[in-house]
Amino acid sequence: MPVKDYIRERFFPHIWCSGCGHGTVLNVLIRVIERLGLNKSDIVIVSGIGCSSRIAGYLDFHTMHTLHGRALAFATGIKLNRPELNVIVPMGDGDALAIGGNHFIHAARRNIDITAIVMNNRIYGMTGGQYSPLSGYGIFASTAPYSSVDQSFDVAELAAAAGATFVARSTTYHVNEAAQMIQKAILHKGFSVVEIMSQCPTYFGRKNRQGDAVDMLKYMRDTTTPIGSGAKGQNPELIERGVFVNKELPEYCSAYDEVIRHAMEGR
Amino acid sequence: MPKRRLKELCINKEWCKGCGICIEFCPKGVLELDTQDKAVPVRNEDCVVCRLCEMLCPDLAIDIVEEEEAE
Ligand SMILES: Cc1ncc(C[n+]2csc(CCOP(=O)(O)OP(=O)(O)O)c2C)c(N)n1
Ligand code: SF4
Ligand code: SF4
Ligand code: SF4
Repeated sequence: MPVKDYIRERFFPHIWCSGCGHGTVLNVLIRVIERLGLNKSDIVIVSGIGCSSRIAGYLDFHTMHTLHGRALAFATGIKLNRPELNVIVPMGDGDALAIGGNHFIHAARRNIDITAIVMNNRIYGMTGGQYSPLSGYGIFASTAPYSSVDQSFDVAELAAAAGATFVARSTTYHVNEAAQMIQKAILHKGFSVVEIMSQCPTYFGRKNRQGDAVDMLKYMRDTTTPIGSGAKGQNPELIERGVFVNKELPEYCSAYDEVIRHAMEGR
Repeated sequence: MPKRRLKELCINKEWCKGCGICIEFCPKGVLELDTQDKAVPVRNEDCVVCRLCEMLCPDLAIDIVEEEEAE
């Protein structure tokens, strides 16, 4: 199907700034769903609040635009009730790991079959460029005019430690790789986290003198490397891309069904 | 394998915001910005139908149509 069959065309051109990486994540997600041949009415997109969370409004599937940081809580309810649906939760870095950090680690711990996509632009885009838990030390933001003294989370390490059974990272420069990661994540049975490093030229780019969208994409190209590459050995500063975790553990909805079956046996 | 051939490269000018991403990263330099800051294909004959521009575009403004393979 052409791209236009997957979107709500009446809302286009979309509201995101020129060169915003969130648009590329939308683009990649549509190509993956097209490739997988998923039925549009078998997909639920649940988002919170943020520039990134606007993605739900643009996609022509079942969609819920919920509360800041709470998308995974809504998604958990939907998935438990309708486990046959593909539930995908795109989140901003603030949405996922500041206000929503607790939901994030516990969804991972439960291993519920949801695909979480963290659209990591390392800043609060929607509200004017405040720093987020993913900005990191030395980063400039509207709330850190002299640069941030907070260290950042590593999304992949955090997700893995919290129990996610699929964890991957790519960027909006590496679109074919990002598509592969999201495709694997959707097919994975269990809680999957895909971090897509994304560019906010309007706030992150401007405040950190990273230039325009093109410059920011080149920066992601030059500062990342595939997991285990020789380049990483030479330059430990490089951020690794690829699949960090891919393992099987009992999935939450299936385990819950088992308990119900067991409890009903003696009746 | 036969060479992939471009049939049409459509840019939706209403949606393009002129970010320049497609222009910079097309491996064949097929696209340019016009005077209104919209992407336009100028060297269609060089396109290798890799579809990179199509997937990178944050505004879903590019549609690559491939020539059906000859019988
Ligand atoms: C409960 C609540 N607290 C705060 C806000 C204000 N708010 C809206 S979006 C946002 C952060 C957006 O940043 P992020 O999640 O990283 O997404 P981005 O806009 O960068 O894509 C905040 C703090 C809100 N809407 N609701
Ligand atoms: S403010 Fe940043 S994140 Fe929000 S639409 Fe603009 S570029 Fe994208
Ligand atoms: S990538 Fe898309 S929005 Fe940016 S210049 Fe090219 S066609 Fe226009
Ligand atoms: S399909 Fe590939 S070669 Fe053709 S214009 Fe797009 S990026 Fe360039």
